[in-house]
Amino acid sequence: MTEVAGAKELSREQLLDAYRTMRTIREFEERLHTEFATGDIPGFVHLYAGEEAIAAGFMVHLDEDDYIASTHRGHGHAIAKGCDPKQMMFEIYGKQDGLCHGKGGSMHIADLDKGMLGANGIVGGGPPLVCGVGLSAKTRGTKQVAVSFTGDGGANQGTFLESLNLASVWELPCVFVVENNGYAEATAQAFSCKGIDIAKRADGFSMPGVVVDGHDFFAVYEAAGEAIRRAREGGGPSLIECKVNRYYGHFEGDAQTYRAENEVENVRNEKDCLMLFRRRVTSAGLVEDEELDRIDEDVKSLIDESVREAKEAPEPSSDKLITDVYASY
Amino acid sequence: MARKITYMQAINEALDQEMERDETVVVFGEDNAGGAGSPGEDDAWGGVMGVTKGLYGKYPGRVLDTPISESAFIGAAAGAACSGLRPVAELMFVDFFGVCMDQIYNQAAKFRYMFGGKARTPMVIRTMYGAGIRAASQHSQCLYPIFTHIPGLKVVVPSNPYDAKGLLIASIRDDDPVIYFENKVLYSVEGEVPEAPYTIPLGEAEYVRDGEDVTIVAIGRMVSMAEQAAEALADEGIECEIVDPRTTSPLDEETIYESVENTGRLVVVDEANPRCSLAADIVARVAENCFEDLKAAPKMVTAPHTPPPFSPTLEDLYVPDPERVAAAVREVAGAGARA
Repeated sequence: MTEVAGAKELSREQLLDAYRTMRTIREFEERLHTEFATGDIPGFVHLYAGEEAIAAGFMVHLDEDDYIASTHRGHGHAIAKGCDPKQMMFEIYGKQDGLCHGKGGSMHIADLDKGMLGANGIVGGGPPLVCGVGLSAKTRGTKQVAVSFTGDGGANQGTFLESLNLASVWELPCVFVVENNGYAEATAQAFSCKGIDIAKRADGFSMPGVVVDGHDFFAVYEAAGEAIRRAREGGGPSLIECKVNRYYGHFEGDAQTYRAENEVENVRNEKDCLMLFRRRVTSAGLVEDEELDRIDEDVKSLIDESVREAKEAPEPSSDKLITDVYASY
Repeated sequence: MARKITYMQAINEALDQEMERDETVVVFGEDNAGGAGSPGEDDAWGGVMGVTKGLYGKYPGRVLDTPISESAFIGAAAGAACSGLRPVAELMFVDFFGVCMDQIYNQAAKFRYMFGGKARTPMVIRTMYGAGIRAASQHSQCLYPIFTHIPGLKVVVPSNPYDAKGLLIASIRDDDPVIYFENKVLYSVEGEVPEAPYTIPLGEAEYVRDGEDVTIVAIGRMVSMAEQAAEALADEGIECEIVDPRTTSPLDEETIYESVENTGRLVVVDEANPRCSLAADIVARVAENCFEDLKAAPKMVTAPHTPPPFSPTLEDLYVPDPERVAAAVREVAGAGARA
């Protein structure tokens, strides 16, 4: 296989960066899975492993001053949008030097300086926020674009449907991404959306809607590029449904008895996004295996170091309990 | 003589002057232009009550109609506030908060705390509240206590045209999410309002009337009920001191304590339902902080623990009136000094 759709536009650097992003997310999440089992990590953790190609494929097209709104499964979006993985790890351990000083945790990781409006503990919480960013960009005459990520579960929230309509009515530079991983928590999309392509809902709001394979970085890259370009040029919003699988449960600790036998194993063997990416770029001669191996090693040491330091990092001081409620008191 | 305008005109003027001053201020809500996409005038309404009338033509692209989708456009205000605008969104009646509360209390209110102090969310939600126009149970409630309960929100309840203008300008310039409550009965009330822009700091109560016998803390439209009661009571020899908190979050507790220290007697008048209300909160705060100053048990004058009724006869009984306020004051004033 030498034909790599979309790869022609990407420089070698961009390909390596995209791989590094996906590998960083994978390593981050796999390591959290292991560490969560030790009981050291407080609270709820929802892992993005398996879905990395989506975050990476979209974020290649976004600048630092573009915005995204994420979901409870937000680590991947945050890493891809440029949040510091080490500060994120500190945050997930609830430490003072975390990205949100230990006040947000896994479900509320945010960095507005990077255009990351936050993971979100409320399913469907993000799409309205993205409409606001779109309105801001349009009103101020900037070329910023706002992208909302939602799951198949979130696609059934009124906020999602209201936001598609509002973005269409106001002709906003927004892209709505549905990461359809097949399950809203434990309930199958086959049930909760009657198994339809969620992208079809775009028709009802007078915007383009497409379905892409969320395991395939290049497919995501192409669809995302077109939608983001259209938004940036004033062509209005789009809906993109990425069909994908998650490798772990809804949350860490989920026994996943609702899934088919070997379901995840089969996807890992046949459609893993890192495996597909590597196969395609190396067989096309765009990147050498060794270069990717070096990234794997770099990333592993970064995550090792992040976990080691996070465990030893100081707790927030008690006076921080009551700070940061208001900008002015 | 100073210029007199209505409470509604004061709000409109505040919006107008802030939009003129700061081009990041945008206004949107259901029918805020009022006619978008229609065959007739694009700004036929200017809001369902006409509060935003006239702004559409003056500020092209900055006064927007919305679909009837409160979750989406209230949430959009939060997103816009995080990314460079100062939106003023209108939640037509506060009774509709149930269809968009997540975007207010889980999103906008919490950004700053959850994000470790790094978010600024300068947004205002203007909303109408209160009984008195026979609008029945789903268009007449006084729900500011619910918003006051939420850390991260500021809550403003102006009682007169002067405060309405100064507090709205301050709210728009504030960097936190502000819920600004407009009383629908007060819209037509006139008062002296300077033409030049001015601000009233959020969190500063006002002494509406000085007196030595009983402190009345009254909120929003209830300030005028308290004033009428105080007039009548003065004839009976009872001098009331009236404190208008003006904002319920932050609440100027110090001014309330200062007054109670002088009078030793407290009546709180709040149009909201009594349980977990501002009245209950203020009485609790005073009991906790001024117990030694109290000469009698404080009293609350509130709506009953019922939804607002439709029948004009019942609605008039529902809303606290000057007679009920006066009766409560007499009771508190007549109660003997504690042993």
